[in-house]
Amino acid sequence: MALSTDESGRLADLLTSRVDRVIQRWTEVVGEQLRGRLSQAELLRQVQELHRALVDALGKGAVDLAAEEATELRAVLAELSRGQARQGFSATETATGVFALKDALLSAMEDDQSTRTLRDYVAFAAMVDQMGLFTFESYVHTREGLIADQAEQLLELSTPVVKLWEGVVAVPLVGTLDSARAQVVMERLLQTLVDTGSPYAIIDITGVPAVDTQVAQHILKTVVAARLMGADCIISGIRPQIAQTIVALGIEFGDIATKASLADALRHVLRLTGVESGRRQSRREA
Amino acid sequence: MTSGVDLSRPQAQTVGSDEDVVRVRQLVRTVAVAVKLSLVDQTKVVTAASELARNTLVYGGGGTVEVTAVDNGRRPGITIVFADSGPGIADLELALTDGYTTGGGLGLGLSGARRLVDDFDIQTAPGQGTRITITKWSR
Repeated sequence: MALSTDESGRLADLLTSRVDRVIQRWTEVVGEQLRGRLSQAELLRQVQELHRALVDALGKGAVDLAAEEATELRAVLAELSRGQARQGFSATETATGVFALKDALLSAMEDDQSTRTLRDYVAFAAMVDQMGLFTFESYVHTREGLIADQAEQLLELSTPVVKLWEGVVAVPLVGTLDSARAQVVMERLLQTLVDTGSPYAIIDITGVPAVDTQVAQHILKTVVAARLMGADCIISGIRPQIAQTIVALGIEFGDIATKASLADALRHVLRLTGVESGRRQSRREA
Repeated sequence: MTSGVDLSRPQAQTVGSDEDVVRVRQLVRTVAVAVKLSLVDQTKVVTAASELARNTLVYGGGGTVEVTAVDNGRRPGITIVFADSGPGIADLELALTDGYTTGGGLGLGLSGARRLVDDFDIQTAPGQGTRITITKWSR
């Protein structure tokens, strides 16, 4: 619902002629909602900026928020909600920053007893609603962006390849091993094998809540790829309930060494390297 | 996620992406814990649900999963229904054979899931979609 040109002009008049009152009431309502989470000066600055952008837009003849003339107002609103979303304000708190303008308008219009007042207020309120919804959308958009960033960071974070011992690297897997993560894990592991020249890799699945056929297949592929590069893989962290589930599912790990704990796996590797180091070396030379 | 699940009514979850398969797993685990399944049985039913939900997604083209806490008078349990309106399964016996796959997996999902639960019922026909009902009882 767009404002008529007259209404737009009257709203601009009201906002300029009663500027002190509007801003005072506006900051009051928002301040109450935020309860000191934003400094008074910062709050005042935001409200003044919004006020100025709104007056500017109306002055240029904007009749609704989608209008060409309201571009700057939209930018200010988007910037405001982006900032609040990043600082961890809730969606309600962010939108209230705009909706509080209704209170401020009402308080500024109270003295005016002409018959036009109600109609004007409804039209102004519709404009404020548009601004509020726009703020809300920008807020959600920013949050979605943050979540996507975090998911990506988590993917990076949760797949470290650590060096356990001379010639032994380990990948502690935590959480859900979907195709995307399995790919990252495999790439990291293979690259680390090359970089460190390690002949042994331990894949620890203590932190994987459920091993289904897809997870098993990802692990098996990783092991086969590591073998092609001349490294032996040991799978550790197989808890009793996981072991029973794997048996019931019918997954076979074949001749891949599996151990109950990471410590067992490391001991196993150290024993292999300790006893068979001579043989391994001679095989390599051959 | 773990709180706020109403056990008195079936919990539905649509399956349209890999993330939804994770959600099904979490929902099943929550209900399985609530009906006091042992840790081994929890893991088994969660794994079976993971297999079947992925089948719903990959072969059925997406569908719905419904998780219900049940009680047969002697012991509590969990019933899960996987429904899709995909192409259905033409040769059920073949599909339930270990190692048979049309999708490049290990071919153990359907047959393995059957071994992981107590009751397993499958209704399917070519072009009619697939509906699988599994139940795991607490012991």
